[in-house]
Amino acid sequence: MEVIMAFVIGFLFMAAVYLMLSKSLLRIIIGTGLLSHGAHLLILTMGGLGGSAPPVLADGVTDMADAIPQALILTAIVISFGVTAFFLVLAYRAYQELGTDDMNLMRGTDEDDE
Amino acid sequence: MVQVLFIFIPIIAAIFIPVLFKKVRGLHTGWFVLIVPVVLAAIYASYISQVMHGETIVSEVNWIPSLGISFISYIDGLSLLFSLLITGIGALVVLYSIFYLDRSREQLHNFYVYLLMFMSAMLGVVQSDHLISLYLFWELTSISSFLLIGYWYDRDRSRFGALKSMMITVFGGLMMLGGFVLLSIMGETYSIRELIAQAPTLASHEWFTLSLVLILLGAFTKSAQFPFYIWLPDAMEAPTPVSAYLHSATMVKAGIYLVARLTPIFAISETWVWLVMGVGLFTLFWGSFFAVKQTDLKGILAFSTVSQLGLIMSLLGASAVAFHVDQAQDTVFKFAAFAAIFHLINHATFKGSLFMIAGIVDHETGTRDIRKLGGLMSIMPISFTVAAIGSLSMAGVPPFNGFLSKEMFLTSMLAMKDFNILAMDTWGAVFPIVAWIASVFTFVYSFYFVFKTFTGKYKPELLPKKAHEAPIGMLISPILLASLVVIIFFIPNIIGDVFVKPAVLAIQPFLYDSASDIPIHVSAWHGFKPELFMTLGIFVVGFLLYLTIAKWQKLYKIMPDWLSLNRLYDRFMTFLDKDLNRFSKLYMTGSIRNYLIYMFAFIVAITIGTLFAKDAFTFSMEGTAPIRFYEIIIILVLVISTITVLFSKSRLTAIIALGSVGYTVALFFVIFNAPDLALTQLVIETVSVALFLLAFYHLPKVSRHEERIGFRLNNFIIALGVGIMVTLVALSAQSQKLVPSITEYYKETVNTLAGGGNIVNVILVDYRGFDTLFEITVLSIAGMAILGMIKLRLSRKENEHENK
Repeated sequence: MEVIMAFVIGFLFMAAVYLMLSKSLLRIIIGTGLLSHGAHLLILTMGGLGGSAPPVLADGVTDMADAIPQALILTAIVISFGVTAFFLVLAYRAYQELGTDDMNLMRGTDEDDE
Repeated sequence: MVQVLFIFIPIIAAIFIPVLFKKVRGLHTGWFVLIVPVVLAAIYASYISQVMHGETIVSEVNWIPSLGISFISYIDGLSLLFSLLITGIGALVVLYSIFYLDRSREQLHNFYVYLLMFMSAMLGVVQSDHLISLYLFWELTSISSFLLIGYWYDRDRSRFGALKSMMITVFGGLMMLGGFVLLSIMGETYSIRELIAQAPTLASHEWFTLSLVLILLGAFTKSAQFPFYIWLPDAMEAPTPVSAYLHSATMVKAGIYLVARLTPIFAISETWVWLVMGVGLFTLFWGSFFAVKQTDLKGILAFSTVSQLGLIMSLLGASAVAFHVDQAQDTVFKFAAFAAIFHLINHATFKGSLFMIAGIVDHETGTRDIRKLGGLMSIMPISFTVAAIGSLSMAGVPPFNGFLSKEMFLTSMLAMKDFNILAMDTWGAVFPIVAWIASVFTFVYSFYFVFKTFTGKYKPELLPKKAHEAPIGMLISPILLASLVVIIFFIPNIIGDVFVKPAVLAIQPFLYDSASDIPIHVSAWHGFKPELFMTLGIFVVGFLLYLTIAKWQKLYKIMPDWLSLNRLYDRFMTFLDKDLNRFSKLYMTGSIRNYLIYMFAFIVAITIGTLFAKDAFTFSMEGTAPIRFYEIIIILVLVISTITVLFSKSRLTAIIALGSVGYTVALFFVIFNAPDLALTQLVIETVSVALFLLAFYHLPKVSRHEERIGFRLNNFIIALGVGIMVTLVALSAQSQKLVPSITEYYKETVNTLAGGGNIVNVILVDYRGFDTLFEITVLSIAGMAILGMIKLRLSRKENEHENK
């Protein structure tokens, strides 16, 4: 199972990077979303996909899923949500102020440096 | 202790100079400054008798004891000679500057602070026994020289010259630091004395030649040797007292000092002999040849300084040969070190006076252009006398001291051709020939300098000012130096015994036991030897060339301007500035996509490269979970949603498909027994999609036309690379787990220690509660930042304000 998941995650990363290299700001943010999904799944897969029960103490359960990667992912999900939300509002404000979402038009010029 | 503090006296005095300049307006600040070098010269003069008898005086002040760095003032013949030159000529230059610089128009406090800084630095260079403190003072001379050249900082040429000298000397200084560090690693000490003691063992070290070359780079840049001499003519933009002091008598001799000081260490190496002698001799020729081309008085003197420094350098190279022969005391090489030091003294006297005369001519006529000058002999008789003495000494005419050192120089160079070590039997004959040609040109430019300025026709219509003799105060220093020029000719052996021989002992410590053992007696008349005929030849040919100068001076125009080293330097500087800037612009496009491509490409290349280089790639199915039907279905949904995101025409579809990916991930969490994750993922994906839709709704009207994401091969290759890299790393990591999970501990203690049942939650708030604390912080910061972005509209408010 982990082997198949490795390929799925690779595919997610590929799609994410391809979107991040596009010129539309919205697609870049979609790409970062896909990238965090890939990263979360990668953590889960690397922790091992065995275990037949959730990591909750219950009578007679010994074969539980590994709890540590889950705790790590939970933290990561919340943080990536915070960052994505911030990034989205930033994009929204950029639309409002600059009137474009084309990354090619949003590059700095030499005049900005001075 | 006290002796080290003497080095710092000028820099301490410099602190009071601005106060004196501001408070005491009635008196020229230079008079206060004059006290410092005079007192120091008196102090150092009191050491003469001790040093003459072979004593050395050492004093140490710890600076950074834990690193073994200290200020060590070590006074032997060589450093005492330099200290006396620095303070003695320093005193004369300060005296001269009092009359040269106007009290009311010049910023004297700056000038004297820089000058005193320089004096301290120079004393430190020549007295330091510690390599690191020597380097410290060395760079301080570069910095104070930079400040002094740029003294009239509102002139373009001054700033250019200051920058150029700074770039070149600091380049050499840094190279020298590298050489010093290598040397101290090889010898395991920073002390030059201790390094000299272990010189024979150092020579076998593999870094020996590298450190030799690096240190020579430092010495050559400072002493204006070929091809680094180009900063010296541009440094002539400095006030003339500075040129006289720094750029003829002291700073440019720091490199000479360094070569002389380190000769006992490096002279064993053939590279040293050939580099020092070859570069010195070539510089001698080059400088004397191009001095005749100059039209600026100080330009002639600058090239002449370059040339004379080359002469001293080549003599030091020749003195290094003495380490390669048996019974060196009996060979002619004994002359070389003596001649080098003797000429160093002579050069300091006559070149100092010549610079001061050039300054006087500039000061009294308003120009230094030799084409406008002429016929000043009857108007400025004293200046003419001094200039003639200096020039004739420079040309090597008796009865002036230049004659004696030139004879010894020719003797040393003639000796080269008879020598059959170090492959000198093939090239040795070149040395006296080059030396002779250079001496002819030296003769020509010396005559050119003095007679084109003072004889011929007086051209008052070309001069900005009406010429007249300089005030007596300005003439005192050059007169004193010129009288030294004559005195030294008549008492060369006193100078030799008192100053030169102790210094030679420092250069060739293995050859002599004490200074009085050095078997050299200078005499003006030494019989009909080849060097006498060479000198006569120099006079005859030089005089003929001088008479016909107008005819052949045009030859210099043949060499095109763009071939010069100055052009090369300028070209290099524009390369550093403009061309490298243009190069940066090639890849700094301002487009984030390019930067992302660079980053991803490098990450992929490095990671995959490492995987294969370390042969880290393994693949095994061992210990993996079984493949189940539901999971395959979910994987298919995930892949299809991702493809939809990629290929959707409208962005709305892409957002929905992204939501679908998120919910599928939540389903994965369900299947893989992670209920808390599934819950969180569902909620957060919902909110995220809502936010995406918000952003989508506010897209600008203009570019709202929907379009499919274009296919770009570059992007695809990069993306494919990243995907492959992640898969490979995941597979390799999965296949080689080294240690089992620590999760058993949590399972066992979650109830007994933490009193909970849900392991994930207990980890989040109990075992690893700190993570959670700061994750909460992240969320609050994000929330506040979003609020800030929406509420704060500073730029718009400003605009409204302006519109009112």
